[in-house]
Amino acid sequence: MIRTPLRPLARILSARQKGENPDSIERENLRLRHEAMRDKSRMRAEGRLLFLGVVFMAAFCTIGARMALLAATEPMEPRAAATGAEITAQRADITDRNGRILATNMQTYALYAQPKDMVDPARVARELAAIFPEIDAAALERRLTDGRSFLWIRKVMSPEQMQKVHEIGDPGLLFGPREMRLYPNGTLAAHVLGGASFGAEGVQSAEVIGTAGIEKAMDARLRDPAQAGTPLQLSLDLTLQAAIEEILGTGMNMLNAKGAAAILMDVHTGEILSLASLPAFDPNDRPNPLVKGDAGDSPLFNRAVQGVYELGSTFKIFTVANALQLGLVTPESMIDANAPMRVGRFLIKEFQNHNYGPKLSVNDIIVKSSNVGTANLAMLVGAERQAAFMQSLGLFDPTPVELVEAPGAKPIVPKKWPEITVMTTAYGHGIAASPMHLAAAYATIANGGVKVTPTLLHGGVPQNGPRVISPEVARAAIGMLRGVVQVGTATLADVPGYQVAGKTGTAEKPNKAGGYDSDKVVNTFAAMFPADAPKYVLVVTLDEPVETTGATPRRTAGWTAVPVAAEVIRRVAPLLGLRPVVEPAPVDTLTAVSN
Amino acid sequence: MRPVLYVLSFIAVMALAFWAYRENYATQHQLKEMGRLQDEIASLREALVLQRAEWAYLNRPERLRALATANFERLGLLPLEPTQFGAAAEVAYPAPPAPPAAEGATGVDAEGLPAITDPVAVAGRIAAVETATAGAAKPGDKEYP
Repeated sequence: MIRTPLRPLARILSARQKGENPDSIERENLRLRHEAMRDKSRMRAEGRLLFLGVVFMAAFCTIGARMALLAATEPMEPRAAATGAEITAQRADITDRNGRILATNMQTYALYAQPKDMVDPARVARELAAIFPEIDAAALERRLTDGRSFLWIRKVMSPEQMQKVHEIGDPGLLFGPREMRLYPNGTLAAHVLGGASFGAEGVQSAEVIGTAGIEKAMDARLRDPAQAGTPLQLSLDLTLQAAIEEILGTGMNMLNAKGAAAILMDVHTGEILSLASLPAFDPNDRPNPLVKGDAGDSPLFNRAVQGVYELGSTFKIFTVANALQLGLVTPESMIDANAPMRVGRFLIKEFQNHNYGPKLSVNDIIVKSSNVGTANLAMLVGAERQAAFMQSLGLFDPTPVELVEAPGAKPIVPKKWPEITVMTTAYGHGIAASPMHLAAAYATIANGGVKVTPTLLHGGVPQNGPRVISPEVARAAIGMLRGVVQVGTATLADVPGYQVAGKTGTAEKPNKAGGYDSDKVVNTFAAMFPADAPKYVLVVTLDEPVETTGATPRRTAGWTAVPVAAEVIRRVAPLLGLRPVVEPAPVDTLTAVSN
Repeated sequence: MRPVLYVLSFIAVMALAFWAYRENYATQHQLKEMGRLQDEIASLREALVLQRAEWAYLNRPERLRALATANFERLGLLPLEPTQFGAAAEVAYPAPPAPPAAEGATGVDAEGLPAITDPVAVAGRIAAVETATAGAAKPGDKEYP
């Protein structure tokens, strides 16, 4: 490139002759040069921008074309890829702890109609009504001929029904594939499983969503495509569940109870081996919830989790354990148990107006189930410590069990703790919790005082929760509960060889008038076995049972829930692999001999 | 030289075209085959799921209980009882197999017992008779099978 000199000699000289300033020539030239440089760099920058614009344009065009192509073509499965990681099921199976199927999917078909293609709607409606009993021929014919172009007729059907629909042979009847949830065991564990139904529906597929129970609580896990191939393993044992439901059903019928619930739980892992609530329903054909009346009367109601009852004397052991833990008493301490006891305008009485007093040892308070003794013990403990202890056992919060109903079942806890509330909650009145709460709290005692959180999922490990009571106190409490079964209110539960320990509870149901009905009771028996090293906790609850073999109808737990629980333990313990232990006979402390 | 090169390259192009044509069809055939196999796998998997469901349905405890009750005379099945636990020591050892010589020795003595022909064979026979008649052997038997 030829550089133009900034000070061309010819012009400088002529400028000097004219008397002009030669520097202005240099400045002018400099300006021109800078302008030329600026123009050149602008050209280059513009060129680059243009180039970049073209490149981006091309890239966007390519992506856009690809998107348009993808959007316009029919979806197709990749055929050349190796199989293995693809989605095998829309929704994961649910199995029990031994892998036996509780819920699975079945391929079936939905029936829909395109009336525009239909040859003879009247005949189709007539023949469909003959196949499906719930279809009204006249109504269906009206809908087929009112000018619509699409109509769902049935969501699922059996292969036989499908064959019959094929045999109608009308081109306007079409099938859409469906995956349907199937519960092969019928009503078994119905309240745990809940049920499933169709969500968004298309012609080619429909999503299956859980409607209740663990199906809804674990819906995200069950629908996760990455885990659809691995079944969700529950802690339930199908055999135990079947045995317990059978015995519970028999007991419920014999005792004319309105409902019943049972929970069997492993005390170390918190795994629920069986959760039964009667009356049950069939999750394959889940009934509609009641629109009027008490929801608790519906078979959908899970008494074991949702049934928040006053659980009565079963709570006494918590008061006693707390007093022992605080070091206020020992099992042998004598407590005032003179009944009836007057507190303000209330009168605390014993069962059938007994008086176990004037003094009763702490051990005998549990064995004889003394309300007055427990109330006095609670006064020693005090309101704050009582409430704190019950909270630490999880009796104030909903249970974290994996059921969608669980978070809604919040215990009814007194807001204020005046003296009378402290006394009544000590023996389980004025505070209401579900059998699941009770099972978890008893499991905490049975587990040597370390808090146990109930779970329905398999694979539990011994829990390492916060310590609620010391192992010594837990041992003493279990000893007292063993006494209840050996000589107290639950002697019918003394299953030979299994050292059952437990506590009965009889609570009258609150009525609408604000009082209690003496002939409507909730009977509970909370048990643990074997007593020397508890492995399992069993809670049996009967709603409004009555035992009528005696002269007068009996409504105490000792006559209703206890025999049912005993039968459950007799039947279930061998299935759990527990070998009966021969207990040594009590050693004679003193033998009188002559000479 | 050049024409030969032209002819050779033309032949090579034709050969390659023929090869590509065949490969194309072979690939399409394989893809079709793959699709067929995958359809088959899917239908087999579906059948497997259905059979698992049916197995679970047929083995539901309610039905098994009804079957056990209906066939009680033949099977004699009852729920497991706590008394059915036994100790390993209570299990009788199987009787040693009797040697063929003893099988042939059908001689019976005056008391109705098999005739003594061989000391070893006799020991076997006695053990067998004992377990057959007494049912379960006594716990002490395990030391002297």
